[in-house]
Amino acid sequence: MQRIINFILNNRNTFLYVVLLVFSLGITIKSHSYHQSRYFNSTKWISGTIYGISHGITNYFNLKEENKRLVEENQQLREQVLNAPKEYLTDSTLNFEIVPAQIIKNMFASPRNYITLDKGEKHGIKQDMGVITPLGILGIVENTSNGFTVVQSILNTKSNINAKIKNTNYFGSLVWNAKDYHIVQLIDIPRSVPLVTGDTITTGAMSSIFPENIPIGTIKSFELGQNQSTYTIDVTLFNDMANVKNVYVIKNKARKEIIDLQKAVEDAK
Amino acid sequence: MQNNLILLSIIRLILLVFAQVLIFNHLNFYGYINPLVYVLFFYWYPIRENKSLFILLSFILGLFIDIFSDTTALHAMAAITVAFSRPLLMRFCFGVNFEFQGFTYKNTTKVQRATFLLLLILIQHIVYFSFEILSFSHLLLILKKILFTAIVTFLFSILLSSLFATDQDI
Repeated sequence: MQRIINFILNNRNTFLYVVLLVFSLGITIKSHSYHQSRYFNSTKWISGTIYGISHGITNYFNLKEENKRLVEENQQLREQVLNAPKEYLTDSTLNFEIVPAQIIKNMFASPRNYITLDKGEKHGIKQDMGVITPLGILGIVENTSNGFTVVQSILNTKSNINAKIKNTNYFGSLVWNAKDYHIVQLIDIPRSVPLVTGDTITTGAMSSIFPENIPIGTIKSFELGQNQSTYTIDVTLFNDMANVKNVYVIKNKARKEIIDLQKAVEDAK
Repeated sequence: MQNNLILLSIIRLILLVFAQVLIFNHLNFYGYINPLVYVLFFYWYPIRENKSLFILLSFILGLFIDIFSDTTALHAMAAITVAFSRPLLMRFCFGVNFEFQGFTYKNTTKVQRATFLLLLILIQHIVYFSFEILSFSHLLLILKKILFTAIVTFLFSILLSSLFATDQDI
């Protein structure tokens, strides 16, 4: 026994290294296949607060540009409201609520990108809500704390979002191959679909996270996948992922009902 | 004296975390190059200080950067590996000299110090980028990232180390 203890004490650096390495490897590999770790993420008070302060300072440098973007978006929305039929806007048809937020940390250089927002649970944000910008989709809420939110960006190899070709019902999965932050991939579109470069890709109706028809990007190029039966399509994003500030978190009021119903059907089998 | 050195290291640790997460994580040269300048912590840490404490401090340094940049424990893993292999690299770069009591960076040549720094950076980058993607189909992308990020990190580290070095380091 004495000798074992002596052995451990003599090699304590090696033991310390191995223990810490196994710990780090464990949480890293786990987060590759499941959700990001709940404990080690930037919703934490210290990182959120420091990013908040840094954001408060750098925010002023692009106020003008951001203001212009918001006015443009307002103009677009005004036009839609003025041209919509009156009964279009009654309270009973409002299925989605929106929480506006600002990005305090953006990243796009890693294969698993996460974006931090300055709003959290106390503003009504929960896991698995969709996040969009004025131009297109941004990602899905992964972790929340009281005052901050981490969003799994669409530029994340774990991301998998239902998308379709606009004005058709051909849908596939939107994924990212980690190579270029302007381009994402739409997979599982059957070979029989007539594709044209420049067609618009939007979110599909198969998910309860995003509403249908939120713009994503345009088709840049396409080729048949390895199995020769489905296309892999390169999609140029409408969003410049390196330069986003104001985002909207979408709350789907019907989501709980949809999930409960799906679960009831599964259980009944 | 000893406590002073440890205190100095902890202050450096905090400043390096801030520099890394607030400045260098957002550089994005060519869309993907973000130099990992916190490698300077391993270069600056006193030579004959407690090695277990060194590994623990490196782990804390890495984990803090991880929490800020949402990379679970990748930086922590790279940091402890560099810290653990540092004595080996020192023996490799500075020869038996470094075992002697009076050894400081003063007694070494510029080339030796640059080689030492470069090896630290290489180990850190190889661990970080391999585990970041963890997929053989992206081997080319991993190599590209290791090579270019390491070059930029090396340049920034040389610049920062000549700006902020104290007498005993040089």
